[in-house]
Amino acid sequence: MEAKMKRKDSVGLASLFGKGNATEQAMAGYLFILPAIAALSVFLIGPIFYALYISFFKFSFLDPQNAHFIGFANYVRLFHDPLFLRALLNTSIYSFGVVPIQTAISLFLALIVNKIKGKTFFRLAYYLPTVTSTVAVSVMFLFIFEPQGLLNRFLGLFGIHGPNYFNNPDFALPSIMAMAIWATVGQFMIIYLAGLQDIPDDVYEAAELDGAHGWRMLTSITVPLLRRTTFLVVVMSLIGSFQVFDQMYVISGGNGGPLNSTLSVVLDLFNQAFKNQNMGYASAMAFVLFVIILILTLVQNFALGREE
Amino acid sequence: MEWVSKLMHHKLWMWIVAIGFAAVTLIPFIWSIYTSFKPTSQVYENWVPLSHLSAGSYAYILKQFPFARWFLNSVVVAGFVTIGTLIVNTLAGYALARLKFPGRGLIFYIFLGIMMIPGQIVLVPMYMLLSHLGWVDSYQGLIIPFLMNPFLIFLARQFFLGIPKELEEAGRIDGLSYWGMFWRIFLPLSRPLLAAETIFAFQGNWNSFLWPVILEQRQHMYTLPVGLSSFYNQYNQYWNNVLAGVVLLTIPMIIVFLIFQKQFIQGISTTGIR
Repeated sequence: MEAKMKRKDSVGLASLFGKGNATEQAMAGYLFILPAIAALSVFLIGPIFYALYISFFKFSFLDPQNAHFIGFANYVRLFHDPLFLRALLNTSIYSFGVVPIQTAISLFLALIVNKIKGKTFFRLAYYLPTVTSTVAVSVMFLFIFEPQGLLNRFLGLFGIHGPNYFNNPDFALPSIMAMAIWATVGQFMIIYLAGLQDIPDDVYEAAELDGAHGWRMLTSITVPLLRRTTFLVVVMSLIGSFQVFDQMYVISGGNGGPLNSTLSVVLDLFNQAFKNQNMGYASAMAFVLFVIILILTLVQNFALGREE
Repeated sequence: MEWVSKLMHHKLWMWIVAIGFAAVTLIPFIWSIYTSFKPTSQVYENWVPLSHLSAGSYAYILKQFPFARWFLNSVVVAGFVTIGTLIVNTLAGYALARLKFPGRGLIFYIFLGIMMIPGQIVLVPMYMLLSHLGWVDSYQGLIIPFLMNPFLIFLARQFFLGIPKELEEAGRIDGLSYWGMFWRIFLPLSRPLLAAETIFAFQGNWNSFLWPVILEQRQHMYTLPVGLSSFYNQYNQYWNNVLAGVVLLTIPMIIVFLIFQKQFIQGISTTGIR
């Protein structure tokens, strides 16, 4: 006891936080967590409720005096708004196109890289796009996908005349999808590699004794044992891809063109809020996005939780 | 499927696929860097001799356009967000893991729940709040709202839960206060945690685009991604200059990545396991 008392002032801030009894421990706990709680309340929870509130108003930032309550009208309007429906369709095409292809390629690459030497080099190389800003990636691909760009010059070697990718409504979205796959494969490959390390060797040894080889081993041991990882990868990337914005903004110059073919939900939301000053409407849009993502997250938690 | 099994034992095709994909990944970077050193008149030439390459486009954009300022803005914002993130989230994670206080469980579940909420939902009210605070076109507008990160609080909590109780008891016998316990016992053991937090915070912030594009409306306050995107819109025919901007935005992150690659890879692997 005495030693405690003596040491009390030796640690600078010590007297501030005290020690020993439960009240002092609780005080210390609250003090430590206070900055996080303050930030959470001011910059997240408060704004969420405010967003919900104004989603029931016709509300412009420039003219808040004229806001008036319109109930669910913003939500109803959303589902009759061809622009929003187009954005939802584009975002869904993007997500349901990118996610399976990117998952398949990253699994395939992980299986290969796991078998050969030089794992470190390949991991570094494939991961590079993940640490690169999406703005930088988009600009790089704007250059490579130019009519005279690297891709078309390469295709030209085989006598193929490539299109003007990002200015063609049929090609713009698929080109962004290809770019997204290019940029995310490395990240998910690394998650798969980690999953592969987790499969114990004796599972393979047992299967080998049973006469399983190569293809059989892959389809009946490796892939099923990676089920959890696959599920996680799929849901994580679905959640991320429903929030796609940067690529669409940079590539279309903010307007979602050509002919709205690259308008994503978040880009539409951004334009409604900050170009058209339709802030109540944009907030309603945000809640629809929130519900989509919440469902995806709950599916993930439910399925992963049940397996344990 | 016999032939597939046989093929799988030949490593040659694996090498070809792996190297092929590495080429697909690396060529856009290499081509962009190469082009950024070409003279404007030869941007579309396939092979420009080394003697014709120069750093002229870098000198040009740094001198004629506010790229240096944008770079500095990005460094300031990402730097302060990283430092602040380390303080706020490490302390919160520690409290949730190691200190008992009423409401702790509830607070933890609130942070956990918040992780599911997409940031775009607060776009409108956050902009209104920040403009009421007078934080449009400011550094603090890009820093303060982004210090709290529920994922990093969760990470810190998991980390501190893994440290054995005995250490804490030794500290108690030595008469350390709660702050002393955190500062002298737990923090020195936290290097892997701090490294992971630094990487997540710095990478996320250096590359972030949506908030800076909303919040920074005057050119001199742009961060590098916003500056590059607006520069591209105006000067997109001068690819050597545009790509020099891309290199300025990309290289610092690649350097950080190469230095801390182990932590990057571990960080991303653990998100997959749990």
